[in-house]
Amino acid sequence: MRLEKVSEAERKMLLSFKCPSFETQPWVSGPPLNQRRVAIITTAGLHGRQDRPFQMDPDDFYRVIPGDVQANGLVMSHLAASFDRTGFYRDWNVVFPLDRLRELVSEGVIGSLADFHYSYNSVRAQPNAPEPIREIASLLKKDSVNAVLLFPV
Amino acid sequence: MLSHFIEEEGLPTTGISLIRPHTEVIKPPRALWVAFELGRPMGPPNNAAFQKRVMMSLLRLLEAPSGPLLEDFPDDEPESSDELTVLACPENFYQAATETMETDLLESAFRQEINALRPWYDMAVAKRKRTTVGVSGIDIEALWHFIYTFVVGKEPENPRKDLSLAYMLKFAVEDLKSYYIEGITAEPSQEGVSSQVLQDWFWDETKAGQVLLELKKVCEASPDKMMNMIGGHFIVPGEVARRKVE
Repeated sequence: MRLEKVSEAERKMLLSFKCPSFETQPWVSGPPLNQRRVAIITTAGLHGRQDRPFQMDPDDFYRVIPGDVQANGLVMSHLAASFDRTGFYRDWNVVFPLDRLRELVSEGVIGSLADFHYSYNSVRAQPNAPEPIREIASLLKKDSVNAVLLFPV
Repeated sequence: MLSHFIEEEGLPTTGISLIRPHTEVIKPPRALWVAFELGRPMGPPNNAAFQKRVMMSLLRLLEAPSGPLLEDFPDDEPESSDELTVLACPENFYQAATETMETDLLESAFRQEINALRPWYDMAVAKRKRTTVGVSGIDIEALWHFIYTFVVGKEPENPRKDLSLAYMLKFAVEDLKSYYIEGITAEPSQEGVSSQVLQDWFWDETKAGQVLLELKKVCEASPDKMMNMIGGHFIVPGEVARRKVE
């Protein structure tokens, strides 16, 4: 986003968020794109229409999105009111670009897509807890994923 | 943050950055900063060619030999030719819109407005083969009543056992917003209207916006802490709330 395009109050609010910094700098490489198995992780609070909506429960971290999900299968229960949702209302690819990835698989640009993708709600009680993230990582490894794409809102 | 831990577990990551100064501190292994507004990491809706370019820029970071990498996607969202479209509303939307409207008049105007949008909402669902309405599980026909009951200081019956009334209210409010925006953007030549025009329309010109601004006040005065938080932060966008107070 362009911070200069929002009001002074909004800019101050956004810049006041504390971001973690790390002493180590992990870096994992992988095969060429056409051999990559790709998964999405989104922080947009997306989940299946019949799934439990997200609440601010630190013990309830993520939802699983099956790889064969269709656009009408996903809804959003993120708590924040400040980010734009009008894009997502019209096209799920704005937040969850699965159609774009499916096209790239059929064009042979990337290898394949994961059986499962993951979603969580970035408004939570313990924003920096690594354990549930490591759990998602171990699930992605079981799914033979070697490229994880991250989409915030 | 997310990418740091996943990469530590041995998986390569690449991600969109929306707020560049945050990414500069976190230093994820690979990030593509985009100029698009919050809520749109892939850019404009219904523009597959543009989204594909964003996606390719994001994927190409995976081919770099070393990092951390923070690249900038070069383009802003394309300007829409519909930017200045005045959103057409059914006639009865323009019924006396006074700040001091009696609550029962506001209630009936709110109901009328919801009903008037219904053909366009139905059209939107048919055209897009999807809807984002449905998180609360409350039928569209019952949404207005559920929300309006809070506005007049009462508590409706909670139709679900797994969510508190405060959460139910939040999700009902989001269902209402989805309903309005999905509907109005299905009207002729309004599919590509900018988020700003849609936001201004919803909060300045609709009865729904007026109802939700009233609802915010009611929640903020509630003895229930969760209601306070929902009303204080999660019903009206901060930018809108500040503008309406000033």
